[in-house]
Amino acid sequence: MSNTQQLEDLTTQVRRDILRMVHKVNSGHPGGSLGCAEFFVALYNEIMDRKDTFDMDGMGEDLFFLSNGHISPVFYSVLARAGYFPVEELNTFRLIDSRLQGHPTTHEGLPGIRVASGSLGQGMSVAIGAAQAKKLNNDSHLIYSLHGDGELQEGQNWEAIMYAAGNKVDNLISTIDLNGQQIDGSTDDVLPMGSIKEKFEAFGWTVVEIEKGNNIEAILKGIAIAKSKTGKGKPVCVLLKTVMGNGVDFMMHTHAWHGKAPNDEQLAIGLEQNAETLGDY
Amino acid sequence: MLSTKREGLLKIKELIKQIPIFVGITMKTYTNTGNKDTRSGFGAGLTELGQTNEKVVALCADLIGSLKMDDFKKNHPERFFQVGIAEANMIGMAAGLTIGGKIPFTGTFANFSTGRVYDQIRQSVAYSDKNVKICASHAGLTLGEDGATHQILEDIGLMKMLPGMTVINTCDYNQTKAATIAIAEHQGPVYLRFGRPSVPNFTDEDQKFEIGKAVQLTEGTDVTIVATGHLVWEALEAAKTLNEQGISAEVINIHTIKPLDDAAIIKSVKKTGCVVTAEEHNFLGGLGESVARVLALNHPAPQEFVATQDTFGESGTPAQLMEKYGLNSASIINAAQKVAKRKK
Repeated sequence: MSNTQQLEDLTTQVRRDILRMVHKVNSGHPGGSLGCAEFFVALYNEIMDRKDTFDMDGMGEDLFFLSNGHISPVFYSVLARAGYFPVEELNTFRLIDSRLQGHPTTHEGLPGIRVASGSLGQGMSVAIGAAQAKKLNNDSHLIYSLHGDGELQEGQNWEAIMYAAGNKVDNLISTIDLNGQQIDGSTDDVLPMGSIKEKFEAFGWTVVEIEKGNNIEAILKGIAIAKSKTGKGKPVCVLLKTVMGNGVDFMMHTHAWHGKAPNDEQLAIGLEQNAETLGDY
Repeated sequence: MLSTKREGLLKIKELIKQIPIFVGITMKTYTNTGNKDTRSGFGAGLTELGQTNEKVVALCADLIGSLKMDDFKKNHPERFFQVGIAEANMIGMAAGLTIGGKIPFTGTFANFSTGRVYDQIRQSVAYSDKNVKICASHAGLTLGEDGATHQILEDIGLMKMLPGMTVINTCDYNQTKAATIAIAEHQGPVYLRFGRPSVPNFTDEDQKFEIGKAVQLTEGTDVTIVATGHLVWEALEAAKTLNEQGISAEVINIHTIKPLDDAAIIKSVKKTGCVVTAEEHNFLGGLGESVARVLALNHPAPQEFVATQDTFGESGTPAQLMEKYGLNSASIINAAQKVAKRKK
C-alpha cells in the first residue's frame, strides 16, 4: 500500500470497525482509538518494515509496542486488516473465549501482540528491552512504541526515559499521543504536566513534533524525520497532536468518549460520517 | 507363637535394643563443607551461564556487589544492563529483552524484586508469558541489621499467586548455583529466592537441580519435616536431636515451592502421619500453606508451621532474629514434638 488515498480509505474503515466493536459489547475505548487511527494505519501499512510471515519471534523486522492498551479497538482493527488474524475475529472483541481481550495480551495467542498492556506506564520499559535485544542481535530494525499523554503521569515512564537517554537507546521511536484528555478531564485539569517537549529534551531525547496528528501525510513526514534521527546516540520522541474521537463529530474534543460506547442512534450517526470503504467485517 | 515365656521376653528385649540402633543407622547425616552465602552461589551460577549460554543477559538495579554479579558484568559487559535504582524499568526491560530471544536474569533484593514491582511482574512478565528470571537476594529476616524495610517475609506468597510463575527458594551455596544454571533451561518466568548470610554448605557440589522435585534428605517414620531455604539445615540439625529423643524425622528439602512436589509430600506424610513445615517467611502465603492445601485435598494430617507469625521483622543479627522469630532448629524440634503428639 502506498498512496495516501488508500491509507485514508483504510483509516475510514478502521473508524467503522472501532465504532462497531465497542457498540456491540457496549464497552471499550473509542475516543483514544479514533484519535490514533491515522497513526496506526500509517505505521502498519507504510512506516514499519515488517515480515510478511507474521511470525512472532521478533527478529529481523521493526516492532511496535502499545503501552496505553485501552485503545485496543484501533490496534485490533489495524492488525486484522494488515493480515495478522482474520478480520471476522473483530466480532469477538471483549466476548468470552475471545483472543481479543479488553486490553491486548499475548496470553490468548493473538498474533501481532508482543506484550500485555493496559495497566499504564509499562510499555516504554518493554520497548527499551526489545531495542537493546535488537542491538545485541545486530538487527538494525527499529522499535516503535505509543503512549498516552495522561499515561506519562505514571512514574515508571520517567525511569525508562532516563535510562534510554543515559544508555543511548537510539533505535527507539516512542510516540506520545498528545490529545490533552484523560478519564477525569483534560490533562491540565487532572495533573498539569507542563511542557512534555521540554521534559523529554531535558532528559536527553530528540523530540519531533507532529502538529497534525490526524493527517496521514503529516504523520508520514514526521515519522520520516524521526527515523532520520535514529542511530545518532539519542532515543527519539514523537509528540503526536491528535484529537480524541477524531472522525466522529460528537466524540471530538472531549474526554467524554474515553471509555464509553455509542448507543444504536449514535453508532448510526458515526457510521454515516464514515462511509464503508474496504467492507465491514 | 513363641514356645516359651523366656523366649518371648528375650525377643522383646532384643527388639527394644534394636530400636535406637535401627534409627541411628538410617539417619543419614550431612557435613557442612564450610559456611557460604547463597547469593554467591547465584553469582557463581550466573558466571557459568555467561560462558555457556550466549542468550543469557543480566540486569541489576544498583546492587551488583550485593548480588555477586561482578564477574558476569566484567566478562560480558555487552550483556549486562545496569539500570540504576529503577526496579520497575528493570522488570519491563527484562520482558522486552525476551522478545529478541534473550534470557534475562534480574538482580536486586527480594523486597525490591517483588512487592515494589508486583504489577510490572504481573502484567509485563507473568501475564505476558515472558521468559524472565527474577533473582532475589537478601530475602527474609537474615538480611539482618537493615531491618523490616528490607526484610521481606511476604515474597513467596506474592510470587506463588501469579499464574505460571515458578517459585524456588534454595538452601545453600551449591544448590543456589545449581538452581541458577537450571532455570536458564526452563521456559517461563521464575522467581529464585536466596539470601545474604553465610550458612552451612552441605548439598552436593555437582548436584543435578530438578525444578519441582523434592529432595528427601533423611528417612524417618514419626514426623515429616518439609523445609525450604535457610531452614533446611536447621531441619537437619533438628532431626539429629529428635533422633536422639527417639523421634524419627524425615526431612524433605523443598527448593521448589511452585510447582510443589505433591507426590513426595503425600508419600512421606502417609508414612509418618504428621508434618512440620519450616520457612523464613510469613506463615500466611508461604510453603506451609501450600503443603496444608496438598494434605487437605489428599491426606489430611496434623501440621505445625515454623514461620513468622504475620509480623514484620526488625534490626538485629541474623541469628538473633531467627531465634526471636522462632525460625531455628529449636523451634523445629518443639514443633515436631508437638505435632507428633497430635497424631491419633
